[in-house]
Amino acid sequence: MKIGFLVNPVAGMGGKVALKGTDGEEILRRAIELGAVPEANSRAETALAIFREAALHHQFYTAAGEMGGRLLSENGLVHKTVFEPSKKTTSDDTKKSVSLMLEAGAEAIIFAGGDGTARDVCSIVGDRIPVIGIPAGVKIHSAVYAKRPKDAGTLVKNLLLGKVKRFVLAEVMDLDEDAFRKNIVNARLYGYMRVPDDREFMQNRKSGSTGSDESESMDVAAYVVKSMNDDEIYLIGSGSTTYSILQGLGINGTLLGVDAVLNRKLAGKDLTESDIKNILSGLEKEKRHLVITVIGGQGHIFGRGNQQLSPDVIRMIPKENITVIANSSKMSALFGKNLIADTGDTVLDEELKGYIPVITGFSKKIMAKVG
Amino acid sequence: MMDGLSRMKKFHQARWNEPIIYQLSEPGQRGVLVPGPCCDCVSKEEVLGTLPAHMVRKDKANLPEIAQLQLVRHYNHLSQGNIGVDGNIDIGQGTCTMKYSPKVNERLAGSPKLLHMHPLQPAKTAQGVLEIIHKTGELFKSISGLDVFSVQPGGGSHGVLALASIVRAYWRDKGEEEKRDEVITTLFSHPADAAVPIVKGYKVIIIQPDSEGYPDIEAFKAALSDRTAAIFFTNPEDTGIFNVRIKEFTKLAHEKGVLCCYDQANANGLLGITRTAEADFDMSFFNLHKTFSAPHGCGGPATGMVAAKKELRPYMPVPMVEYSPEKGYYLDFDLPKSCGKIKSFWGVIPVVLKSYSWIMSLGADGLREVSRVAILNNNYCMKKILAIKGASMSFPHHPSRIEQVRYSWEKLKQDTGFGTADVQRCIPDFGTHYWSSHEPFVIPEPFTIEPSESYSKTDIDDYCAVLAEISRMCYEEPEAVKNAPQNSTVHRIDDDYFDDPAKYSITWRSYNRKYKGYFEPK
Repeated sequence: MKIGFLVNPVAGMGGKVALKGTDGEEILRRAIELGAVPEANSRAETALAIFREAALHHQFYTAAGEMGGRLLSENGLVHKTVFEPSKKTTSDDTKKSVSLMLEAGAEAIIFAGGDGTARDVCSIVGDRIPVIGIPAGVKIHSAVYAKRPKDAGTLVKNLLLGKVKRFVLAEVMDLDEDAFRKNIVNARLYGYMRVPDDREFMQNRKSGSTGSDESESMDVAAYVVKSMNDDEIYLIGSGSTTYSILQGLGINGTLLGVDAVLNRKLAGKDLTESDIKNILSGLEKEKRHLVITVIGGQGHIFGRGNQQLSPDVIRMIPKENITVIANSSKMSALFGKNLIADTGDTVLDEELKGYIPVITGFSKKIMAKVG
Repeated sequence: MMDGLSRMKKFHQARWNEPIIYQLSEPGQRGVLVPGPCCDCVSKEEVLGTLPAHMVRKDKANLPEIAQLQLVRHYNHLSQGNIGVDGNIDIGQGTCTMKYSPKVNERLAGSPKLLHMHPLQPAKTAQGVLEIIHKTGELFKSISGLDVFSVQPGGGSHGVLALASIVRAYWRDKGEEEKRDEVITTLFSHPADAAVPIVKGYKVIIIQPDSEGYPDIEAFKAALSDRTAAIFFTNPEDTGIFNVRIKEFTKLAHEKGVLCCYDQANANGLLGITRTAEADFDMSFFNLHKTFSAPHGCGGPATGMVAAKKELRPYMPVPMVEYSPEKGYYLDFDLPKSCGKIKSFWGVIPVVLKSYSWIMSLGADGLREVSRVAILNNNYCMKKILAIKGASMSFPHHPSRIEQVRYSWEKLKQDTGFGTADVQRCIPDFGTHYWSSHEPFVIPEPFTIEPSESYSKTDIDDYCAVLAEISRMCYEEPEAVKNAPQNSTVHRIDDDYFDDPAKYSITWRSYNRKYKGYFEPK
């Protein structure tokens, strides 16, 4: 197997010195001043120790030195260096390395970092090939990371041994670090990457005996499609679960955007707030529907990755026509927590509070509290 | 004498590497020599000629050829490679209510008087069997406080199906079948309460627990509407918590005209203490193979006995077993509004007989004692398990439990990386087992223990000592845990093979969905 291996050497440096992230040159400089030491390589090594033996006969592609080359050499793994990073590595170095790994024919990418790193990897790889994230950053909101470095090691080992049979799209989330330093939590959904469907070792997942997320999402989607009325508009929000509806209808929609469906056909793709208002205003209120999913590990239904759904837009749709869908492993991971509506309008957030049914399967809903 | 744990540590299961029976087949070997025609007056061809042509085999039957001794040895070997209720301390199968099934009842059920009955016999020649069915129902009048009964369903989930069918028949009769299309259940009710009504075409809404572990009554109020057909509640739930506010739920439901269905599959902590009628439910089902001692039969055949208020009699499955001094015991098919048949013929009679016998042998006081001892056993066991390093219980703020507890190895997992699946792999090395496929999987690293009244203090002490020993191994001997089981019939299995979605399909429906697509054109 051909595998890309990448370490963001400065990931995690902001955390110990309370800088809430390491994105940007200035913050990295301050982190070093405050005494931060690079830890990403040691975390990556923890993972590597577990998969090393299984990796001996595989071909790695990496970036030189602290970005992966050193670790692979020290551990005697066969590798080719596809990229020589600058002395101070930046986000661009990650992107360039990944893109060269893809050119070299990498079939999977293993990377160590945080949410920023995941974003960079995702911007190049998307959901084309499987990835496994070794958690080494300050911010880990993205579901593409294993729970711990050694869990990542086990997952890589299983992948190399051909034991990973199913994959699932996992969210790449990132906080706006500047806002976060001012204690404003403003996470966004940046994309999805393909990760092993493993509830034991992956972030935001609970182990259990239920079927795969993919087949569950299709169950949910089939139910939503069956319940659609003719001549009524259905806005389909961002997220992989809602995307299943579009897939089921054979519609070429967007994973991260908001699309509109009318009579089971695409009526608008990747809509902006004003597009949505235009479409909605053409129909009586009771014929306007919105289907959204729960995004991120905290249980957000609004305010994460669907900013097009502004307070004005939400107010144009009757509350009972807002359908929330989620697969049951997501709901299990949120067990005991409330869902969150963070629309940016506190009055509307208040109005959205209360109990709502979340569709988790065909004909199956679970009552959840928006708190 | 060695103490329990020391004995169990020395356990080693028989491993025979037994081939399948066809591989043991040797041409010419026979278990039984079937006699041919008795005399020369009739030929083999003449006998076969009396059969309809399409029923006569064209090819020789592909049966293994084996003598009796080799056959007995084969099945003995297979049984020795198994762990069953008669061979281990079977308290790790929480929610299943494992208990002693008195052997004398097997003798009764094996009697030729029962064995040679045929379900198509005229009722007047089956008075004894019908009497047992009817009298079992009479006993359940006291046990449940309800009025009418059916022993037709062949298991617990089948009992849920019967209730859902009655619900549908009821709303059809009231002219609201189309409108009332929702059923409400709770997250920790038995999973069948959510799954089965969907089979009957209902949309199911699940209520999550509040911080105390009770179903969230505010969520329930929000879910309840004029579209609700019925509620399906288990109580105590699979956490072992008894919902003391249950009557508030039934009251709210009845205010909307909703039918209330009680899943009493596991009633082992309630006998003689509280009844379906007191919680104001309209219907219920009881698993005769759990609480009422008939064996589970490895997934059946069993009996999920349906009980209902007399107002619901018109919708019950047909036939009902009735009695009148003139007709004796008879089958009443005259229920035009009935939900129909739930199962062919009348029910799994040996299971009914065993339960009838068990209830009669105990009497009312005995049944109450069963529940009191089951609750005592469970709370004693809970105290011991909570003292084990790494173990905790779900909803710890709610300290009392009825007949079972859902525990968690979350701390063990955090400390050692070993969770409930690892404990499950270790435990066969001690000659016992436990079950870990919990649905819903919301309690981290769950396990559920249910020490029913049959288990002695020593049994519970020994089982808890095994759990404590496995916990110690997780902390101190991780290699031993990784390599377990060592002394069992089967060693560690790579379950990856079973988890390949491209290869498995559990049902025909799931096969169609997988390979023919999810979406049917409208």
